[in-house]
Amino acid sequence: MFNISAFSLYDAVFIVIAGVTLLAALGVVLLPNIIYSALSLILTFLGVAAIFFQLNSGFIGVIQILVYAGAISILILFAVMLLMNIEPGRTNLPTTRLKALFAGGGITAMFLTALIAAIGFTKWPQLQLITTDNSVEMLAEAMLGDYVIAFEAAAILLLASVIGAILIAKGVQEK
Amino acid sequence: MEHLITNLFLFFTNWLVSLGLPPVWADTALLIVKWTLIVIIIILNITILIWLERKVSGFFQERLGPNRLGPFGAFQTIADAIKLMTKEDIVPCAADKLIFKTAPMFFIVVSVLLYTVIPMGKDLQVIDMNVGVLFFISIGSLSTIAILMAGWGSNNKWSLMGAVRSVAQMVSYAIPLAFSLLGVVMITGSMNLQDIVEAQKNVWFIILQPIAFITYFIAATAELNRGPFDMPEAEQELTGGAYTEYTGMRWALFFLAEYTNLVAVSALMATVFLGGWQGPWLPSWLWIIIKTYGIILVFFWVKWTFPRIRMDHLMSFSWKFLVPVTLANILLTGAGIYFFQWIGWC
Repeated sequence: MFNISAFSLYDAVFIVIAGVTLLAALGVVLLPNIIYSALSLILTFLGVAAIFFQLNSGFIGVIQILVYAGAISILILFAVMLLMNIEPGRTNLPTTRLKALFAGGGITAMFLTALIAAIGFTKWPQLQLITTDNSVEMLAEAMLGDYVIAFEAAAILLLASVIGAILIAKGVQEK
Repeated sequence: MEHLITNLFLFFTNWLVSLGLPPVWADTALLIVKWTLIVIIIILNITILIWLERKVSGFFQERLGPNRLGPFGAFQTIADAIKLMTKEDIVPCAADKLIFKTAPMFFIVVSVLLYTVIPMGKDLQVIDMNVGVLFFISIGSLSTIAILMAGWGSNNKWSLMGAVRSVAQMVSYAIPLAFSLLGVVMITGSMNLQDIVEAQKNVWFIILQPIAFITYFIAATAELNRGPFDMPEAEQELTGGAYTEYTGMRWALFFLAEYTNLVAVSALMATVFLGGWQGPWLPSWLWIIIKTYGIILVFFWVKWTFPRIRMDHLMSFSWKFLVPVTLANILLTGAGIYFFQWIGWC
């Protein structure tokens, strides 16, 4: 899709996509209206998908749009819109309680330090540049070949959870 | 004639490179030119399509349709466009203004993005993506968000009700939509749309996959919110659904996006089931236009023939009929592929 040799253009595109994604992710946390948060979550997912496209991994990018931006975000928006009965502008306010602020800030700082340390100390292997995208074939071979039992087990687990959710929502009928 | 457009593009990039521009920038410029051309073609095409739909509906209802402005009423759409552009832009004071204003823009951007992967001729494609079919489906699923934004942002119970209906319908019908394309992908062994066109050199997929063609057509009608599945608009019960509060150019953008989606879906059907740009005598880009228009006329035919069906019937039709049928079609296709490999036909 994009030519790697044109380093400057490639970098510029990445910076724009990453900037939009980060701004949208900040919007999810900081915006006071929960509908706006959900919509910026969609923008975040689209930004991540764009990064996948730029890395020549079209399949993962498309699945990111289809599953996260197209399905999960819509479920979130749907649930919020149908369940909300207070004024939307005050649904996602930042907390004013000091203890909660300290606890949240502390946990965030801990995670951030651990993450930065992990990224810094890991010896990253030199990855090969991917010029042709054959991720579909490779994923299919991995999922339906070597890991087929784990794949099927995950599918059965998901099916069981879907049936369980329906049962909880409908309620068990006494006979 | 065959290579007219590709040669023009090649001439353009060569000219830019000869001016001293690096090839990558020339390619980027070519992409911008292609997008501009697509947008211009979409807008010009829609004036024709709206006139055609009015004429076809007039024919079905035994009346004349537009017949005053220009020959056969052909300038009626242009007059309508001028009216829509000069209309007052009304934003309800209780509306969520940011969401209300972004919804039509988001819708039209998503609709135009659909044209990224459609092969509009031999070697004539914006991006030759090897997951083209999936890209089309996933981008198409994003238009749900635009309708939900419009319904919520209007702050009107009819709008929200229309949006909720539309989302329920589009999420349900996206599943048979994707499943019916899977049969074709299984036969071709590729999700690249150019490969799918090449695979239909001898026989069109409408003959190998007739069930998939019909289920895809039904599911696509529901995804496009067109009659007989136009529950989200349902003028008689919802006064226009998600578009109730929109006027002038903002409403026109929704209208434009719906027709843009219609053309894109018809072009995809022509590509996947009717042999795409392949055909004798005429150049390839003309063939895809002819086939697309043929399918659009079928969409018109269906819309003006069948009455609107009830919402609960619509949902149970998708989950209890279309999804099992498309699943059975996938099973049948897989069994068929193994059978023909076993007897050595492919």
